[in-house]
Amino acid sequence: MDRILFGDNQFFAVNHISDEKSRAQSIKFKEDKTILDTIDISRNLGVETFMCTTHDRIYNICDMVRAEPEKYSKFSIYPCMPYAHKYANAVTELGIMGTIKNYVPGNFFGSIFKGGMAFVSKDYISIMELLIDAEMKMFKNINTPVIFLQNVITDLLLGLDMKDMLKAYHDYVIKKYNAEPGYITMNMPMLLDKLESVGIKNPIICSSINKAGFRMSGGMEAYEHVLKTRKVRAIAMQVLGGGAIPAKEAIEYVCSLPNVESILFGASSKQNIAQTISLINEFDEKYSNKK
Amino acid sequence: MIKVALIGAGKMGISHLSILGAHPMVKIVGVADTSKIVNDVLEKYSGMKTFTDYKKMLDEVKPDAVFVSVPTKFHASFVEELLNRNIHVFVEKPFCLNATQGENLIRLAKSKGLVNQVGYHNKFVGTFEEVKRLVSSSVLGELNHFLGEAYGPVVIRKKQDTWRSDPEEGGGCLMDYASHVIDLINYLVAPITKVHGSLLKSIYSTQVEDAVYSLLETSNHVSGVLSVNWSDETHRKMSTGITIIGSKGKIISDASELKVFLKSDDVPDGYSKGWNIKYITEITPSVDFYLRGEEYSAQIDYFINAVAGKGPNEKNSFESAWNTDYAISLIKNKKN
Repeated sequence: MDRILFGDNQFFAVNHISDEKSRAQSIKFKEDKTILDTIDISRNLGVETFMCTTHDRIYNICDMVRAEPEKYSKFSIYPCMPYAHKYANAVTELGIMGTIKNYVPGNFFGSIFKGGMAFVSKDYISIMELLIDAEMKMFKNINTPVIFLQNVITDLLLGLDMKDMLKAYHDYVIKKYNAEPGYITMNMPMLLDKLESVGIKNPIICSSINKAGFRMSGGMEAYEHVLKTRKVRAIAMQVLGGGAIPAKEAIEYVCSLPNVESILFGASSKQNIAQTISLINEFDEKYSNKK
Repeated sequence: MIKVALIGAGKMGISHLSILGAHPMVKIVGVADTSKIVNDVLEKYSGMKTFTDYKKMLDEVKPDAVFVSVPTKFHASFVEELLNRNIHVFVEKPFCLNATQGENLIRLAKSKGLVNQVGYHNKFVGTFEEVKRLVSSSVLGELNHFLGEAYGPVVIRKKQDTWRSDPEEGGGCLMDYASHVIDLINYLVAPITKVHGSLLKSIYSTQVEDAVYSLLETSNHVSGVLSVNWSDETHRKMSTGITIIGSKGKIISDASELKVFLKSDDVPDGYSKGWNIKYITEITPSVDFYLRGEEYSAQIDYFINAVAGKGPNEKNSFESAWNTDYAISLIKNKKN
């Protein structure tokens, strides 16, 4: 994985500290072209990996990327699936069954649901695989070397102790997409234990890691302990603590930690993108000998 | 370990179940749901014991506490059954279909000394907690007026066929969505005891309202406006906010950002004259397990601690949720 990954929250009005900023972002990134232009800014500064949720609008971004294969020859996307609000809103509207019927492609489910609850099959892992395929469609012919499970699903499965599902996701991503499976979580230490318990070694885990301890469930110390003592390929996200920590201080903290393979950040303006990248480079140099 | 069971494994139920599953003081002893496929998945992958008949589950697994997350029309009878069996109850919001149903349950829970809590999770959001602290310590002086708002993309086209579109089952924007804001006003300002007029408007739904606009008055004679619309897709998810205006300042808060304007130098610690801004990231204590917002985990921690006798059972008690049911009935009765 690259050291720096460019994220997408800013494009889809995801802002953890301000609804007003969310709206401003919605307005700024109304056109898909503006999103791609911003991605291009990060690419021109050497960040060639874009980590994004499988939001409907990513379809268009992918189309634009496919249209210029030379320009984007080094470009990779790390998809993060699913775009949870799409499903959450669907569950409110259609119920759990209705949502599955709506989103699982083909007639697979048609046959299962016919005749009330007389199941033709109880193979839920296959259903999950079909959902992964549906989410991956938009990335056809685009380089996707790591594929992530979004935190709301990872953590839901974690709390429900559905470790076989976490493992099935892992195996399918490798088998079908020849990619590395990654997990986004708000409970990194707990997840690592669970993944190891089903034989997943040295997993890629993306989690909040920041100086404010924001969304580091179980406490900062537990996180730091894992990074220092365990085998995990960590990606730090929310490094600015949702904007609560000054950039310099925030980046220095993450760069000083061992075992953080990549840093994920998102920004809307050229100035902020450039500043974050240069801070990471600066502190990486400072801490390169100390780890 | 506290033996906990769940009735209703829908969207909220599954969320509760996951948080409970990760809770070190909880052992999940059973799940009751009418969907065979949901039960099947939970049995197969979570190893949980599931039932289609909740009474059968209660007979068999004998839980100490039960989470109820079924359509609102079932709340009153299910909760009564649980209390009669001496089981502590966490029930989803809104509490009951009407104010009459809840009265009996409040008495019953009290007389039996059982822990009772309703799922108004906003009371566990750091920013709103801070608003409560500020208002309670009279930082705003004499309260004059408030604005309670919520907007989100629940119903954004025609064609709806879940219980949320059925007024008999507790569907509609007023009960399902506006109840959050009403409950927050009751908590932060004072219980709403008078309604001067309401508009319940359908935008896409045929049977229920999609928006609620109302003029309110609280028991301490503070006036306010309620403005709630669940057919607003300019919001990515539900966005709830409150503005409170007093003689010494003004507070504008949502679940992520708190803005406080103070007129004088007489300010609480950490604040100064003029505008003050605090973000959720600074004022929300972290939780041991996070699923979809600290508040969802925090409300469960609060309930479990109360059941374990390690904490109070004050926030979101049946009694406080009844105040919200009552305000809902006032708003309905005053509709134009």
